[in-house]
Amino acid sequence: MAKLGSAIFSRLVIIIPYAWLLFFFLIPFFIVFRISLSTTAIAQPPYEPVFALADGLSGLWAKLGELHFDNFVWLTEDALYINAYLSSLWIAAVSTILTLVIGYPIAYGMAQAPRSLRPTLLMLVILPFWTSFLIRVYAWIAILKPEGLLNQFLLGIGIIDSPLIIINTNWAIYIGIVYSYLPFMVLPIYSALEKMDHSLIEAAQDLGCPPITAFWKVTFPLSIPGVVAGCMLVFIPAVGEFVIPDLLGGSQTLMIGKTLWNEFNANRDWPVSAAVATILLLILVVPIVFFQNAQAKAEEQGR
Amino acid sequence: MQTWSRFNIASVVLGFAFLYLPIVLLVVFSFNESKLVTVWAGFSTKWYASLFRNQGLIDAAWVTIRVALLAASVATVLGTMAALALTRYTRFRGRLLFSGMVYAPLVMPEVITGLSLLLLFVAIGFDRGFWTVTLAHITFSMCFVTVVVQSRLLSFDRSIEEAAMDLGATPVRTFFEVTLPVIAPAVLSGWMLALTLSLDDLVIASFTSGPGATTLPMKIYSQVRLGVTPEINAACTILIGLVAVGVLVASILTKRREVQRLRDEQAAFAGR
Repeated sequence: MAKLGSAIFSRLVIIIPYAWLLFFFLIPFFIVFRISLSTTAIAQPPYEPVFALADGLSGLWAKLGELHFDNFVWLTEDALYINAYLSSLWIAAVSTILTLVIGYPIAYGMAQAPRSLRPTLLMLVILPFWTSFLIRVYAWIAILKPEGLLNQFLLGIGIIDSPLIIINTNWAIYIGIVYSYLPFMVLPIYSALEKMDHSLIEAAQDLGCPPITAFWKVTFPLSIPGVVAGCMLVFIPAVGEFVIPDLLGGSQTLMIGKTLWNEFNANRDWPVSAAVATILLLILVVPIVFFQNAQAKAEEQGR
Repeated sequence: MQTWSRFNIASVVLGFAFLYLPIVLLVVFSFNESKLVTVWAGFSTKWYASLFRNQGLIDAAWVTIRVALLAASVATVLGTMAALALTRYTRFRGRLLFSGMVYAPLVMPEVITGLSLLLLFVAIGFDRGFWTVTLAHITFSMCFVTVVVQSRLLSFDRSIEEAAMDLGATPVRTFFEVTLPVIAPAVLSGWMLALTLSLDDLVIASFTSGPGATTLPMKIYSQVRLGVTPEINAACTILIGLVAVGVLVASILTKRREVQRLRDEQAAFAGR
């Protein structure tokens, strides 16, 4: 009896979330792909052919013949889309490097802090994450505007003579991404550094290794799993970011998340936006699998 | 014990200044008399007053709170189940796909998740509105709950579960009476994480919402596009205040619980 109960319990615990994710996460991707092969139509929903259960198998087969790759051909022919993909990858890569350069010293400093202080510091890194992402991006508009607080400050202390134009440029996007994603970089690096055995550094220094060499030869290699996890957590979502380029980047900046949004909401072209999403997903599959392997390895170690 | 060097202190302090300064400025300027958000003209609470007369914002806030409470609660149940499945059952058919589906939403760009869910709802003929936003929020936030709960389950001493089972407790009873009380703080913080993710989400909600189900971030976003106003600063300050109170209460509760547990343990050892 207990054995039967155990079997039912374990089955349910697996099947319910499994089925949920299959239905609401995996199947939608197939629908996206399918609609990316349709044509735009002035109808509700705005694409055709539309599959219906009532068609039966023969109807389904006839409609499969109407699918085509025109939307993908269209994406490769229009330089706008290619440029948007390339500039998204570029912006995400630059932002990830900047986040690493800024985040690593913070994580390192936290890991070196007195033990009693560390939980508070950790809490302070997590806390901004609990406030709205939209609000945090919005806050930067008032700071970066030509007549904004940063320019007022810099003009006031006399470093610059005329206001810096930051908002509506790529720099505003870099600042926005670094700011919003910084905790995602700091936390994994901190947890890698905190677990580190400190006697290794002492051993290196006892053997005559200068502190900076000891850092590059001992500390940094040991923190690489944290660095990789942090970079993935920043890079992947940043490629498809919408809110930051939209609010801080202005109309000139080209990022694929924004292109997709406009294609969908302004042009109401569902098949093309589905094709844009499909290609974005294909680009991101490699880093996502990489991230999952790292995650699975961490899980294995924790076991 | 090495000292906390000046360089390390400087990088931590500068890092925190960078993280907190924009939020502090936003809060300060919500009390500004002037309509300009960048020029200080004296203290005033008039933007809060005008906020409470803005019926559109208040309606949106209600929708958001209802969606978030419902979505976070369901996501916590589903996410905890998924965490149990991943930590307790290392071998079952399709485990690789399962763990892939749990980790992928953590990094998936929101525009993709939003679009794909919308197309699903259209394909099955589900009218967009309150329920579609809620379902979408459950789906992406449950994976965050899973990660939080999973890390707690991995450091869990399984022998006490085994002891309960050996003494004849059913798996369900063992879970509710032994496992759940131990992982409760992680489940609670998973719930809070899911709640904030849902309260915060703009992109997925915009794709999956329909008429009559405008959420607060959607409302804020559409106003921000028209220009920065102190009224939005005031709305943001209230949200930040609510979150800060929530986090404070939660941390006090966990601290108290920990102190209590330490005391219990000491009492148990003393009594032996």
